[in-house]
Amino acid sequence: MFDVMLYIALLFISFAMVGLVYRVIKGPSVPDRVIALDGLGINLVATIAILSIILRTSAFLDIILLIGILAFIGTVAFAKYLEKGEIIE
Amino acid sequence: MSARELIELIGPLFIFIGTIFTFLSAIGLIRLPDVYTRSHAASKSTTLGVLCTLFGAFLFFVITEEFVSIRLLLGIFFVFLTAPIAAHMICRAAYRSNVELAEQSVQDDLKPFLKEEGMKDQV
Repeated sequence: MFDVMLYIALLFISFAMVGLVYRVIKGPSVPDRVIALDGLGINLVATIAILSIILRTSAFLDIILLIGILAFIGTVAFAKYLEKGEIIE
Repeated sequence: MSARELIELIGPLFIFIGTIFTFLSAIGLIRLPDVYTRSHAASKSTTLGVLCTLFGAFLFFVITEEFVSIRLLLGIFFVFLTAPIAAHMICRAAYRSNVELAEQSVQDDLKPFLKEEGMKDQV
């Protein structure tokens, strides 16, 4: 019962990630692609949470925090590059 | 089904709702016409979906293994704090680098203001 629900959730999230990859490939402008990549990072966080429940382990919970921080830093750096042309002045 | 099993079902239920929200945000990202509406869809509903999923995982670990994971709570807090800021920054960068609004847009209040300040030319 449990695991069936979790696998269906995983299926939904992988469909969502396929949609985001479509936007990364097609997106007419660069900010479109950055938004989609940021969304991919955040979806990866949710995927890891579901996988750590399926595997019944709490060893992967550090990775959630790590990917959240990395996605934020990457998006902010790219936004700054788009706006000013350089990241560190 | 016993009461214990019903209580244990709360976590996966939260996860299920969260993933449906994430799926809807991906559909919005595909279907909406320009960067700003897409960012609206991506930032809000993805954030809510991931928060629901992480909270479901937290509840699962609390109920079944009696393990309170501070890392998951910190993850929830951090995603809630940073996802809207990232969306704001990328939208601002898109506007400053002259990405067009969709044709259906009625009004652009920022444009005359930026022209007045002469900031549009700096970028």
